[in-house]
Amino acid sequence: MRSALSFRRKFVNITMLTMTGIFTVLSVSVLFFILGYLFVQGGISLNWDFLTKLPAPVGGTGGGMANAIVGSGKVLVLATLIGVPIGFLAGVYLAEFGGAVFSSLVRFVTDLLNGVPSIVIGIFAYTLIVLRVKHFSAYAGGVALGIMMIPIAVRSTEEFLRAVPKSLRDGALALGASKWKAVATVVIPAALRGILSGIMLDLARVAGETAPLLFTSLNNQFWSTGLNQPTATLPVMIYAYAISPYPDWHRQAWAAGFLLLVLVLLINVTARTMISSGFSQKSRL
Amino acid sequence: MAETIRGDSRIPGRESFTILRLFQKALKGDELARGIVFVCAAGIVAITALIVYELWTQSTPSIHKFGWRFFVTGTWDPIAGEFGALPFIYGTVVTSILALAFAIPVGVGAAIFLAELAPSRISNPLTFLIELLAAVPSVTIGLIGIFVLVPALNTIVPPLKSILGFLPVFSGPFYGVSVFSAGVVLSVMIVPFIISISREVLLAVPRNQREAALALGSTKWESTWKVVIPYARAGIIGSIFLALARALGETMAVTMVIGNSPKISASLLAPGYSIASVIANEFTEATGDLYLSALIELSLVLFALSIVINGSARLLILMTTAKGSK
Repeated sequence: MRSALSFRRKFVNITMLTMTGIFTVLSVSVLFFILGYLFVQGGISLNWDFLTKLPAPVGGTGGGMANAIVGSGKVLVLATLIGVPIGFLAGVYLAEFGGAVFSSLVRFVTDLLNGVPSIVIGIFAYTLIVLRVKHFSAYAGGVALGIMMIPIAVRSTEEFLRAVPKSLRDGALALGASKWKAVATVVIPAALRGILSGIMLDLARVAGETAPLLFTSLNNQFWSTGLNQPTATLPVMIYAYAISPYPDWHRQAWAAGFLLLVLVLLINVTARTMISSGFSQKSRL
Repeated sequence: MAETIRGDSRIPGRESFTILRLFQKALKGDELARGIVFVCAAGIVAITALIVYELWTQSTPSIHKFGWRFFVTGTWDPIAGEFGALPFIYGTVVTSILALAFAIPVGVGAAIFLAELAPSRISNPLTFLIELLAAVPSVTIGLIGIFVLVPALNTIVPPLKSILGFLPVFSGPFYGVSVFSAGVVLSVMIVPFIISISREVLLAVPRNQREAALALGSTKWESTWKVVIPYARAGIIGSIFLALARALGETMAVTMVIGNSPKISASLLAPGYSIASVIANEFTEATGDLYLSALIELSLVLFALSIVINGSARLLILMTTAKGSK
């Protein structure tokens, strides 16, 4: 009886532990499958035309997404210019200047903002900008993605500033520096590497966002001049082409998906190695 | 008279003196710097409040016209001006539940493996890879969904249906795009969240808890299942809530595989619709204020859901990690 019981316990032990291993392998292999499939499909679909030409007219073959590549760049630069300064400075407030009550309110609201579905942010940017100026624009897309960048910029700035030893601050203050001088010339430079990598991860996250751009920067078959016109972006183009009935557009959707994924993963890997080589602390995302 | 004149002239003088002092202080920087960073921090609260305000005012026409009826009627007829959100709420809830049903065992299982069994030499790179999975843009996962998963399901499901087709959840014709496909795609997207947060929560469980269980003669699995997991329970549930919040709001990948048909069907194999995907599909084509307003009210619903779920998730995670550090 006793040995039977212990056999059952051993059996359960082995089975369950094996299951956990299988689940891990399953999760990792999904990643490899997605990567592998996109690399193969995207790799054979990518060509020089894709990078340099405008989209072909509806249903036509050939052409490329040069305008969407540039458009994505425009929208992302705008988003960075809007989201990063606000997020960074708010992070400095939380880490260096904040009072207890207001800081926890800001932290809580930042977490909530981080969890708001991206499509809701898109609707917000639409009501705020597109509805008022009566046309779609890269500005509206930049604002939507910029708002999405704020929370992670805040949290990574705060986290890495807090990781700077107190002795550095005390040293600067003891030498007669005012508080902001100590923060700006001693504390922030010490944390800069971590903050930068956090912001890179932030950028990688919004680079693939599609939903907030659907009704803000919309799409464009042609070059858009300036920032005040509807603008094509890679994620929106992938979506539009993938649900179209044309095989050649499907091919280009794969190529664009490949390009986007390579970009996002490259930024991710760079940022994460920057963090792990510079700090033992891990960034929470 | 002379006194008052002197007094009058002194008061402005003093004022300009204090203003000068303030100005000097600002030039020295501390007050100015504090002011700037404070404005940015307050700006975040303001932006969030503005989101609530905008969504609320823009959805007023729909809220006034339909009231609570919006949530319980299933007619979505832009031409007649009748809008009921039930099919979309149903689709969102069912796809999310399906996604959780797949993702919880896999996610928590993998987290146990990574936190309890694997040495950190293996565990860290694997976690790194899994976190990369979370970084894959949803539109590319949708691409895989449309062109790989849907055809694959089209070959796998019909034979299974001939066996299990008597169950209502597997009834009806299958076209590949369905609530089920959306659930599968969503589960791939939320597993990384469950794994990486649950793993962190498990790692925060004090070592002596495990040692005590092992010393009492329990097996590795028993110590994990009966001691470590209960200790970390709130945090694991928190990670599941976060994953749920993400699943509810996920747009692109779901839109690409769910079939986009506003019908409530008992079968998981039938096409459906979710809140986020109806917004994505119909918003730019919506003509008329009421139509637009109904779609914005849907986004308000999503916003409210995400706030409630995220808020409780944060609370739960905070509770366990605080317990672990004690």
